[in-house]
Amino acid sequence: MALPKLAVWKFASCDGCQLSLLDCEDELLAVAGQVEIAHFLEASRERVPGPYDVSLVEGSITTRDDAHRIQKVRALSRTLVTIGACATSGGVQALRNVADVDEYRSIVYPHPEYVATLDRSTPIAQHVRVDHELRGCPINRVQLLELLAALLHGGRPPRTTASVCTECKLRDNVCVVVAHGTPCLGPVTAAGCGALCPSYHRGCYGCFGPVAAANTAAVAESLRECGMSEADVTRVFRTFNADAPAFRKEAELHDAQSQP
Amino acid sequence: MTHKVSRKIDVRELARVEGEGALHVRVRGGVVHEARLDIYEPPRFFEAFLRGRGYTEPPDITARICGICPVAYQMSSCQALEAACGVTVEGAIADLRRLLYCAEWIESHTLHIYLLHAPDFLGYDSVVALAKDAPELVQRGLKLKQVGNELLELIGGRAIHPVNIRLGGFYRAPTRREFRPVVERLHWALEAAVETVRLVSGFVFPDYEHDHEYVALSSPGTYAIERGRLRSTGGLDIAPAQFEEHIGEEHVAHSTALHARIKERGRYLVGPQARYTLNGQWLSPVARQAADEAGLGETCRNPFRSIIVRAVETVYAVEEALRLLADYQPPDPPYVEVPPRAGVGHGITEAPRGSLFHRYELDADGIIQSARIVPPTSQSQPSIEDDLRGLVETHLDLPDDELTLRCEQAIRNYDPCISCATHFLHLEVDRG
Repeated sequence: MALPKLAVWKFASCDGCQLSLLDCEDELLAVAGQVEIAHFLEASRERVPGPYDVSLVEGSITTRDDAHRIQKVRALSRTLVTIGACATSGGVQALRNVADVDEYRSIVYPHPEYVATLDRSTPIAQHVRVDHELRGCPINRVQLLELLAALLHGGRPPRTTASVCTECKLRDNVCVVVAHGTPCLGPVTAAGCGALCPSYHRGCYGCFGPVAAANTAAVAESLRECGMSEADVTRVFRTFNADAPAFRKEAELHDAQSQP
Repeated sequence: MTHKVSRKIDVRELARVEGEGALHVRVRGGVVHEARLDIYEPPRFFEAFLRGRGYTEPPDITARICGICPVAYQMSSCQALEAACGVTVEGAIADLRRLLYCAEWIESHTLHIYLLHAPDFLGYDSVVALAKDAPELVQRGLKLKQVGNELLELIGGRAIHPVNIRLGGFYRAPTRREFRPVVERLHWALEAAVETVRLVSGFVFPDYEHDHEYVALSSPGTYAIERGRLRSTGGLDIAPAQFEEHIGEEHVAHSTALHARIKERGRYLVGPQARYTLNGQWLSPVARQAADEAGLGETCRNPFRSIIVRAVETVYAVEEALRLLADYQPPDPPYVEVPPRAGVGHGITEAPRGSLFHRYELDADGIIQSARIVPPTSQSQPSIEDDLRGLVETHLDLPDDELTLRCEQAIRNYDPCISCATHFLHLEVDRG
């Protein structure tokens, strides 16, 4: 029986999420025995033509070419999984969405007219149908393996609606907000990292993006009580998942309030 | 067919490099007319959106430039921002930073040696194909890489985009007890790294040498990683704050890239071969011996042999990690305060691929007024293209497929990080 074909695609990103697959040192060869790695440029020169059973898509759409390319990837893929903050929310490069891209171009490039880029960085789901998503900047490789296992064996991919707070409780962490007055996005951030930041005595900075039904207003109030200014609150929501709707709206409110 | 006068080599999607690049070589009348490494990775505008951000944010934000070497971005940004604020970090905190950096060298170098580069020398398309024939060799590479990742995870919280790094140091310093299991694994890793040097020094290398000016941080008495002066084989010897006086970026006609050049002389090369040549005398004992046994000598000018230098540096990083851990005491507190002030600060550290420059300008509240980042790949790019040209000129007798593979190898020799470089390079969307 032919092995399922796995493809990995990159759009605007840092490569970190696809590196997570190569960081599965204990499992990489086992995974490679269960699938045909048909297209994974970071790892192989070999390119097997599609269609593909599973496509992992890293990165956001920021150029016209990439907007066309994602359509082709979708057409070739039975199951399409977006991996990481860039693919699921536009990533840190979506900070351009609240700025003037022409100005950005001229700050970074001496010949801005050569730089072909769209005004917005958009998540994959704004362009094509997405079957599953993995959050995080970067993704958690254990979640990646669980998802691949579920897809390969026909099970249901695990989904969580929990927040980072739940993971803190599971780890027996002392709450950094309550105990130390440290600003923390844990209550409104999707679980998945294992409550890493609070375990290292810092507040969560939201790299897994908003949890469903996030009460961002309450958290914003808590951030203010912990000493953050309106501008600080704006920035903390406007980072690696700046264009995720819940974070974007909360940032807009505080941005308006921080203007003189 | 191998002796036709006009040839064209196009590799539209380079494999086993970090990021999206292509190479184009044009030969007319037996002469190389063009040799280009193209970057078509989309720009992400980091330097632009850093403006207006708080001065504590760049370690987290610039890490996202590169998933392969986030620690390098965190360390160069910390150094630059602390310099802007007039703070120097010394002692146990500085040692812990160096330890974290060693972990990234182990992980990144081993990734490149075993997963990206070795398949070229052994005749495979990928490490997965190689693993079918040589499972033990690949297992060793994966396990060695994993030791680097374990150390990164212990200090940083996670290996990609670590969370435990802040201006002035760390949020929390791991205890001696937490390090105990990884110390055992590092002892194994030292053996494995030495074996790796033996393995790769036995590869067959094409006959090719270049004459690039080598540039690296240098700090007499130690193999420089996270601090030092920028020195070169051509006599450059500057503090990080003088970088922009001596190194400029040039727009080359018909090129898509801004190329970094030493203003007085031109192209140069950063990375493992530059570090080895400038600082090889300060390698640790086991690393020095491994280099000698591999026949490296005082310098290494064959880019294909960079894989040996990377292996020697892996031995060094493991040995240095063990040294730092031997008398590790958790710094308490794990950071020094870095109060904001108006000013400009510069930082250079040695990313696995070479020197990484950051500059920040702050106002009195610590809000970033301007930022500039020059990653290693954009510094080395003119030299990489020069290699491409030189290599094609000396190997015109090869058939197209072999010459193409040789050119791809010539790029992979430098472990280029295109994701990093792209924010600073013009891109050409020319896939036709």
